[in-house]
Amino acid sequence: MNMNLKLNIWRQKNANDKGKFVTYEVSDVSPDMSFLEMIDVLNEDLTRKGEDPVHFDHDCREGICGACSMVINGRAHGPKRGITTCQLHMRSFKEGDSITIEPWRADAFPVVKDLVVDRSAFDRIIQAGGYVSVGTGGTPDANAIPIPKKTADIAMDAAQCIGCGACVATCKNASAMLFTSAKISQLAVLPQGQTERYNRVEKMIMQMEEEGFGGCTNTGACEVECPKEISIEHIARAHREFIAAKACSHNV
Amino acid sequence: MKLDSKVPEGPIAEKWTRHKFNIKLVNPANKRKYDIIVVGTGLGGASAAASLAELGYNVKNFCYQDSPRRAHSIAAQGGINAAKNYPNDGDSIFRLFYDTVKGGDYRSREANVYRLAEVSNDIIDQCVAQGVPFAREYGGKLDNRSFGGAQVSRTFYARGQTGQQLLLGAYSALSRQIATGKVELFDRTEMLDLVLIDGEAKGIITRDLITGKIESHAAHAVVLATGGYGNVFFLSTNAMGSNGTAAWRAHKKGAFFANPCFTQIHPTCIPVSGDHQSKLTLMSESLRNDGRIWVPKEGKPGLTALEATKIPEEERDYYLERKYPSFGNLVPRDVASRNAKMVCDEGRGVGATGKAVFLDFADAIKRLGKDVISQRYGNLFDMYQQIQGDNPYEVPMMIYPAVHYTMGGLWVDYNLMTSIPGLYALGECNFSDHGANRLGASALMQGLADGYFVIPYTIGDYLAGKLNEKVSTDHEAFREAEKEVKERIDKLLNINGNKTVDDFHKELGHVMWEYVGMSRTEEGLKIAKAKIKEIRDEFWKNVKVVGTNDELNMSLEKANRVADFLELGELMVDDAQNRKESCGGHFREESQTPEGEALRIDDQYSYVSAWQYNGEGKEETLNKEPLMFENVKLTQRSYK
Repeated sequence: MNMNLKLNIWRQKNANDKGKFVTYEVSDVSPDMSFLEMIDVLNEDLTRKGEDPVHFDHDCREGICGACSMVINGRAHGPKRGITTCQLHMRSFKEGDSITIEPWRADAFPVVKDLVVDRSAFDRIIQAGGYVSVGTGGTPDANAIPIPKKTADIAMDAAQCIGCGACVATCKNASAMLFTSAKISQLAVLPQGQTERYNRVEKMIMQMEEEGFGGCTNTGACEVECPKEISIEHIARAHREFIAAKACSHNV
Repeated sequence: MKLDSKVPEGPIAEKWTRHKFNIKLVNPANKRKYDIIVVGTGLGGASAAASLAELGYNVKNFCYQDSPRRAHSIAAQGGINAAKNYPNDGDSIFRLFYDTVKGGDYRSREANVYRLAEVSNDIIDQCVAQGVPFAREYGGKLDNRSFGGAQVSRTFYARGQTGQQLLLGAYSALSRQIATGKVELFDRTEMLDLVLIDGEAKGIITRDLITGKIESHAAHAVVLATGGYGNVFFLSTNAMGSNGTAAWRAHKKGAFFANPCFTQIHPTCIPVSGDHQSKLTLMSESLRNDGRIWVPKEGKPGLTALEATKIPEEERDYYLERKYPSFGNLVPRDVASRNAKMVCDEGRGVGATGKAVFLDFADAIKRLGKDVISQRYGNLFDMYQQIQGDNPYEVPMMIYPAVHYTMGGLWVDYNLMTSIPGLYALGECNFSDHGANRLGASALMQGLADGYFVIPYTIGDYLAGKLNEKVSTDHEAFREAEKEVKERIDKLLNINGNKTVDDFHKELGHVMWEYVGMSRTEEGLKIAKAKIKEIRDEFWKNVKVVGTNDELNMSLEKANRVADFLELGELMVDDAQNRKESCGGHFREESQTPEGEALRIDDQYSYVSAWQYNGEGKEETLNKEPLMFENVKLTQRSYK
């Protein structure tokens, strides 16, 4: 049952290093292991040999924090749909497989080390307007504004985004439109988001462009690889919001 | 030493209101003259940083993750409690207070818990205003569900991702303040020491996880919201990076550590599958609303989930429904966990390891239909199938208890200030609200209560007296602390032994789980203490940390954290040894009722154990804060 695998892993000492693929053999991999546990085993071996372990981002290991970020055999988060790298299990692979593991690749996500990239551009997109400007305290009763279940469900579909960046890593333009539109869409459908609706979309899209993400050309690849299966309907909504905002903008 | 909890006078329902009036305020125009450090960006940290910045304070906020949005609060699934009484089923602030004190097996401070219940409703209002998409009914009103330890429906939820949505709400408020410049964010930065000047907290020492740079940060007050220490067990539901370092270093600088042995073992986790396992995954307690827990009446070693579907009703033992008819599958977590262990110890456990019980949805699917179940728990079912390979719509889930939460933490007074003036602890990092057992959906409530609605008021009481105080990293104390931190890192890098950090962490975890886990004995604790000492001694002689300080170095980060767990683990043993009663999650086999339930000894142990650090290698001193119960009658907890 246990497998022997060949791993081609991107190794890059730091942001200034050129980086290269290095091949490692791993043996006796249990199909019950998660993909990251398989890398853990490799890293323990490397450490024992006094070599630098493979660095990668990870934290919750249950698919919700959005930290893990590996391109596995050319696909963000690996071969299965609707999951993150940490939810991928080795039963998705077979004896003798050769697996290529790379970091997210996008100008706006510079490599920090090995498979670790800098995604702070996402934080800055949110800081540009991905919120309702409400301070702590003095808010009305939670049931004061009824929100139709359908609306709440659409908002929740969008709000599920974990900010992992798989959409950017997958997009041939390295566009961050799925990420950005998910937040725009969540707040555009909810009554709480109305006051700043148009301002928000303009600022967030502007920030996205400033960060060096490419434009969206509607290929839909992001939707396929999104671990939370966020629909490109949200991109369509963000586009509509943007056009409406331009029509009544105070910013331009 | 006498501990002053600073609980205000007066009837319980008026204490917080009176206190808010009596404590000192900082004039709005003066707030910008103060700097505050907040460590952690989870529910407690993000909500505190945002709220304090909104008031006008200058905030520096730190997290070890690459973004504040990744703090482990994000993984909470089930929900958040509040006393809104929207379903009209008899809830009230007093009932939420009562349930929480009772659920905590009467080892929490009444006044703090009452305040928690009191502000719970404000939290829901706040989150809705931020755009948190809570579940709603068709009429557009908020939906509620039930959770363990309560007989009312008071839990608000956003599918199975409530923690995520609440954290993203707090993160959005934080992001807004970062954009205004009132909060300066330091991501991928870890706190490695607390700096005291004249006995008061005036700053921290951090390590930049990318460059390794050791830096000093000064402030008028320091707020720790760094979560719990469940990873002392190696395997837990905590995130891989969750650690006790900030709290532990503060403890070594003089902050008392309260009730360290109070650990919550969550009943519904995916069982361990092998030695390679790096963490355990929780299945939300909300599943117990519709899932029925059972094992076969007669032990059937190696029973699979598929075989289980063929076992007739009369050969099944729904042991929680049988033993606790009024609460059934919704008994509190400690009771559910202990009972799972008991049936497995009897040889009735299922699955390949015999360390699992069934959580079965067949009846619920028959009653409500697959669609309803999928709407309620779809993402949890998917998660289960992904990890376990079984489809829970067709066969029962297998679950087993796992370490999940630590009720113990830094001792704080009513203002959430630790025993070090100017140092505060919020959320799971403190000890104050959950006693010996936390009820489901209460962690989110406490994190947000502390951050949004308590610290913004109480911190002013301390700061008001420090108006023209200058704080600066030029002080000698910062140089000394930096030097200590650097020396320790050099030491770790230069041992160059034969065992990895994880080797030691796993050894510690095994000892903790075996002797300081779901049940504890005098003898076992003695063994644990000796073993932990051995592991720690060997660690400092034989650990292998590769690489240098001046780069991203995961081994070094872990080594620093595990070194602290090796000390904290021993204090947990000391605390468990001292508390010879059973209460909540702390089960001493010597103290149980004839039915095997936890037996408290109120006349001897109605106190908070607050441990005081005495220096490297020395035994700690126990200080006791007596617990007074004026509004809740102490009874043997019964969920029958």
